[in-house]
Amino acid sequence: MSTQTSVFHSSTVALLFAGLGLGGAWYGASIVMPSLASRHGAGIDSMLSYLLVTTGILFVAGYCALAWFIWTGARRRRIDQRLTRRRTEWLVSGALGLAVGLIAEGGVLAIGMPVWSEYFDATPPADAVTVEITAQQFLWNVRYPGADGQFGRNSAAAMDDVSNPLGLDRADPAGRDDVVTQNVMAVPLGRAVRLRLRSKDVIHSFFLPNFRVKQDIVPGMTPEVVFFPTREGSFEIACSELCGLAHYRMRGFFDVLSPAAFDRWLAEQATPTAGGPR
Amino acid sequence: MSHAATTVPGHDQSHPELGFIRRYVFSLDHKVIGIQYIVTGLLMALVGAALATLIRLQLGWPERTWPLLAQLLPKGYAGGVMAPEFYLAVVTMHGTIMVFFFMSYVLVSGFGNYLVPLQVGARDMAFPLANMLSFWIGALSALLMIASFFVEGGAAAAGWTAYPPLSAVATAVPGSGMGQTIWLLSMAFFIASFTLSGLNIVATVFSVRAPGMSMWRMPLTVWSYFIASILGLLAFPALTAAAVMLLFDRHAGTSFFLPAGLVVGGRHLTNSGGSPLLWQHLFWFLGHPEVYVLILPALGIACDIIPAFTRKPIFGYRLSVWCLVAVGALSMVVWGHHMFVSGMSPFTGEYFSIATMTITLPMTVFGVNMLASLRGGAIRMGVPMMFSCAVLALFGSGGLGGLYLGNATADMQLTDTYFVVGHFHMMIGGVTLMATFGGLHYWFPKMFGRMMNETIGKAHFWLTFTPFFIIFFMQHFLGIQGAPRRYYAFTAYDFLRETRIQNLVVSSCAMVLIASQSLFVVNFVWSLFRGAPAADNPWEATTLEWTTSSPPPHDNFGQAELTVHRWPYEYGVESGDRDFADQRVPPGRVPVTA
Repeated sequence: MSTQTSVFHSSTVALLFAGLGLGGAWYGASIVMPSLASRHGAGIDSMLSYLLVTTGILFVAGYCALAWFIWTGARRRRIDQRLTRRRTEWLVSGALGLAVGLIAEGGVLAIGMPVWSEYFDATPPADAVTVEITAQQFLWNVRYPGADGQFGRNSAAAMDDVSNPLGLDRADPAGRDDVVTQNVMAVPLGRAVRLRLRSKDVIHSFFLPNFRVKQDIVPGMTPEVVFFPTREGSFEIACSELCGLAHYRMRGFFDVLSPAAFDRWLAEQATPTAGGPR
Repeated sequence: MSHAATTVPGHDQSHPELGFIRRYVFSLDHKVIGIQYIVTGLLMALVGAALATLIRLQLGWPERTWPLLAQLLPKGYAGGVMAPEFYLAVVTMHGTIMVFFFMSYVLVSGFGNYLVPLQVGARDMAFPLANMLSFWIGALSALLMIASFFVEGGAAAAGWTAYPPLSAVATAVPGSGMGQTIWLLSMAFFIASFTLSGLNIVATVFSVRAPGMSMWRMPLTVWSYFIASILGLLAFPALTAAAVMLLFDRHAGTSFFLPAGLVVGGRHLTNSGGSPLLWQHLFWFLGHPEVYVLILPALGIACDIIPAFTRKPIFGYRLSVWCLVAVGALSMVVWGHHMFVSGMSPFTGEYFSIATMTITLPMTVFGVNMLASLRGGAIRMGVPMMFSCAVLALFGSGGLGGLYLGNATADMQLTDTYFVVGHFHMMIGGVTLMATFGGLHYWFPKMFGRMMNETIGKAHFWLTFTPFFIIFFMQHFLGIQGAPRRYYAFTAYDFLRETRIQNLVVSSCAMVLIASQSLFVVNFVWSLFRGAPAADNPWEATTLEWTTSSPPPHDNFGQAELTVHRWPYEYGVESGDRDFADQRVPPGRVPVTA
């Protein structure tokens, strides 16, 4: 291999790394997340934006440095400096490592942790809309407690996919005004949403991309999430934990309505086919 | 493969002449066993790549029909359309095969077996018989895993993570029948094999190093295998236990992972008292260290290739070793970052976020040291060096992606999306793959006595690294757009409509990537028989394996007394007409600098 082709060849490799670094950043900058519709989601988005900017800069800098070292190294016949003093080594790597650490950790602690606490430590406000979601292969059973604010009793033993998917105890007076739907739910704008999540069979994950809400539903556990919608609209529910062969189309709808429209909607669900699938 | 690994007759006094079977099939020679692992792993990689092709055909062109595939795979492609359950089986087996039967075999067991004894100046592994046993148990587990495609219901379909109840209840998904049982059995065999092999590497490093080979004179490759093997020994038993417990849940009516009140497909189960979350803890207690088991050797290999092609010592050797130690220790206590939204206590989420951010520090320092090793070098851009630079590049971008997933807040949105898929393919897919190709080009002459072809190697690099980077870089951003992983198609959702074109680009690049691997196959096979004969030390490198013949005799170093006098990175020194001193050169000839 002659020196000339070797330099040429190394230079193309250097350009490849530089090109991928710059091209990657250009592509990444063009991507947008699903439009935001929740209050705590703004915190998650600022965490992500912070990371996108800082890691984006580090990424481009790193790829360009790699390209530069290859570019110049290919043109060098003798090495520059053989060994660095150990103190310098510790200083260089330590300083750079610490800088990256501070950027990452500082950002995560300062921006991220408060959001995590806000989301998980939140005591649900008294006027929160409570909804129970019971996931099964491959649909979302939705239940509202009705006017009395109490869910009726139900049991796994009474569950029957055709006549009584939630295993409701028809004799329980608290359950008489419960409103049950499938794959469709609505909440009023201006109130917090409190979801009680359950699963009948395997692990599902309740994912509202626009709300930055994602919670695995492990059978046997009843995780709760509380969040605050910030605008009206119709949004999609996706399952994000592999749950079987129709996992990819376990789709639901999450509508944020005006308080009046929500009351009308709930009344419509309650009247003719209460207790049955819509 | 084996024909080229012939021992030199008469040169090999300590081992008697052996017949073909004892020499190449049931061999005790760590070099033959290493090559057996590498060849088995590469064959498994072909299976894994074929599965990847099916995945990307489906995701790139979700509404096409495939008459040819319908003829080849009548059950999976009834009517030319891929069945969703077949898709899940393909995804599950792709992950399992690539992680356990390709990367673990080629990179950890394969190169580990071949290199560790040579690089520490040993005549063989500490326990040659156990070594042979681990390979054959491993081969059995690979055969079992392949066999699971052909049983009733098809291969396991619960993902490579095999979360119960999906993996515990036979009716939950078609692959959860016999396929899942075989999957668990195969994993149990695999772990037995891998643990035995790891024990051997640790014992070899501890007990049979050549005189003068102190720990601070071991190449980073050996260090990385040493740390990775300790991690494997500590972490793998958790999965063995979990696999046995899950087998009991499936076949003996226990309820380790099954809570009360399950109604699967309308059928009421009688289990009670178990927790599916327990499986996740046990799985990730193995699963997270496992990614370091794979990635540390890849980094170690790149660190040994780089100085041979920059002609200067690696930057910050001791610091890098300490980083490996720190990463090894920390990797045992960060598994929960795979489970931020699993339903475990949010307080543990805070702990695991902070612990995970801590592990970025030694990894960053290690990466900076690798990058700094290029600075000021007189770079020769041979094929092993190209792939080593790719290791560094993917390690950088994958590491930055880790910052997103390692903190609970961002992970809430990104977990179980394509961001995760992109991230781990860059790390345990890409860093390891690039190191595998780099390592194969680098040590091929030592293994087989012949050089691999440079021109094909370069073309293979361009057609591998470029599409690889594009595919998995883009997948990060598919995740940012919310695309969940393990989806058979992205057609059911409005919010995923925009990802259509991007998936088409990803799939097209994947086809280029997979097709171009034929270049490597051709190069590998052609070079075995027709490659230019290799010198003992074609790269002018310093570690011990280059001081013996190519290929080395059965006892590695023949009759010669073996004493180590210096560290493994003595490049850029005055040594006659050479610019390096191998580890055996005494201090009287060339001063020892570290």
